Amino acid sequence: MTESNAPLLEVRDLHAYYGKSHILHGVNFYVGKGEVVSLLGRNGTGRSTTLKAIMGLVPPKSGKILLNGRNLAEARTYAICRAGIGYIPEEREVFSNLTVDENLRMGQQSSHDGAPEWTIEQMFEYFPNLKERRKTKAGNLSGGEQQMLTICRSLLGNPKVLLIDEPTEGLAPKNVAAVEEATHDINRRGVSIVLVEQKLAIALKVSTRVCVMGHGQIVFEGTPEELAGNTKILKEWLAV
Amino acid sequence: MEYFTISLFNGVVYGLLLFMVSAGLTLIFGMMGVLNFAHASFYMVGAYLAYSLQKIFGFWPAIVLAALLVGILGMVVEAFFLRRVHRYGHAHELLLTFGLAFIIAELVKLFYGNYPLNYRVPDALNFAAFQVFGTDYPVYRLLMGGISIGMFILIYLLLTRTRVGIVVRSAIYRPRMAEALGHNVPLVFMGVFGVGAALAGLAGAVAGAFYTTNPNMALELGVIVFVVVVVGGLGSLEGAMLASLLIGLISSFAVGIDLSLIDFFGLFGAREWAESVGGVLALKISSLSATIPFALMLLILLVRPSGLMGEKS
Repeated sequence: MTESNAPLLEVRDLHAYYGKSHILHGVNFYVGKGEVVSLLGRNGTGRSTTLKAIMGLVPPKSGKILLNGRNLAEARTYAICRAGIGYIPEEREVFSNLTVDENLRMGQQSSHDGAPEWTIEQMFEYFPNLKERRKTKAGNLSGGEQQMLTICRSLLGNPKVLLIDEPTEGLAPKNVAAVEEATHDINRRGVSIVLVEQKLAIALKVSTRVCVMGHGQIVFEGTPEELAGNTKILKEWLAV
Repeated sequence: MEYFTISLFNGVVYGLLLFMVSAGLTLIFGMMGVLNFAHASFYMVGAYLAYSLQKIFGFWPAIVLAALLVGILGMVVEAFFLRRVHRYGHAHELLLTFGLAFIIAELVKLFYGNYPLNYRVPDALNFAAFQVFGTDYPVYRLLMGGISIGMFILIYLLLTRTRVGIVVRSAIYRPRMAEALGHNVPLVFMGVFGVGAALAGLAGAVAGAFYTTNPNMALELGVIVFVVVVVGGLGSLEGAMLASLLIGLISSFAVGIDLSLIDFFGLFGAREWAESVGGVLALKISSLSATIPFALMLLILLVRPSGLMGEKS
């Protein structure tokens, strides 16, 4: 393993439950510095839960979550964020009662060692729409604008790794392109990304590696090219 | 005219006192959604603590200290009691805080006795601000009003203009997301609860010296502050202020109005008939003054369930 892809975030044998149902059955994967790793799979295979478990929003029952070698599996959610992991939930969860500006300020955290730093002005460069609407209540934004807002909000926490759950879900094609472009650029500036993405084409395009999940485990791990060439995996775990 | 002016002044000051107590409840019940029946008990504890502390530290330091101590008490209640039952819903919170209110009332009786305390406005502050129709108007009333208005401005600015305010409003709305953005939400909740309790304690410390400090003061005020928060609209600070003033004025004016339905019928020449019927018709508005706020709440809930200035329904 070269230094450039030494694991920044490593998930080892992660088990998690929703109430009594066992959702994650020993998930193993890692993200190197500067990588984009996509978690693929059908609905209900535990992709979103994996992200939530990393954030401590669904407490892991056992296993390790190592960020630069430091185990975060038992840490509180806010401490996990402060350690350098950002999270963008599928439901977006903007603070509708707050303005766009206030939502952004809510995301600001002081910088973590070595993580790229972001400013609100940079966010407005990515998404000029938000600048025009900075005094608007976030609840009055369109779905696309809300998605952009959540991306910016989490980036302002200056994360080393960003967990993004289905960012293009339900967006108009124009917005899909904007989000895709931003994701790419964020990564180029040094933020590693774990992406849960339903659209295989997008995942194959933006990822450095892909992991396919089935029954709460990683069933395939490889480069996008390797996955694209593996008809057995595509058919067994991804075909609708 | 004299009656009108004095009732107006007293009503506004009483309303501002109601606001002092309900401001904290607006944060705790209106915003955080914690059904805290013991809120007025914090008000009472504030008054009793200030009474004890002023003997040692003097009046003003005692008031500040009492508020701080009640704030700490509030944080303890939140962190060690309410937080554990919050996920079981409002019924558990209500039962817990109801019990707490009883415990506090009994403890107060145990230590201070079941009678009003001799807690008074210090002589240095006991003079007339001005005269209204030959009657001295106490400066302390104005002071209470001023503290209440100061409180309103301070909380309003804190919530809307500072990062702490943003974090509080976000954490109340979406606690888990706020936590995922790196904010220690349980600490925020404990802090908000503590501030809410401290505000009630401050109100008690200030008002206890002017009105009476007795073991029933929590009960007397406890329900009315809920009325204020509901009438004003859950979570709306401006609404709480408006409702406080409204209820303060209504209570103040109603006490002095000796009219009844008999007088109303008298307008149509049916006075004798009405007098012979008596009963409800003979009830004077003054004797109903304590009931009017509740009638108002009923009316508001029927016509505008979200309250005067509430957003949530």
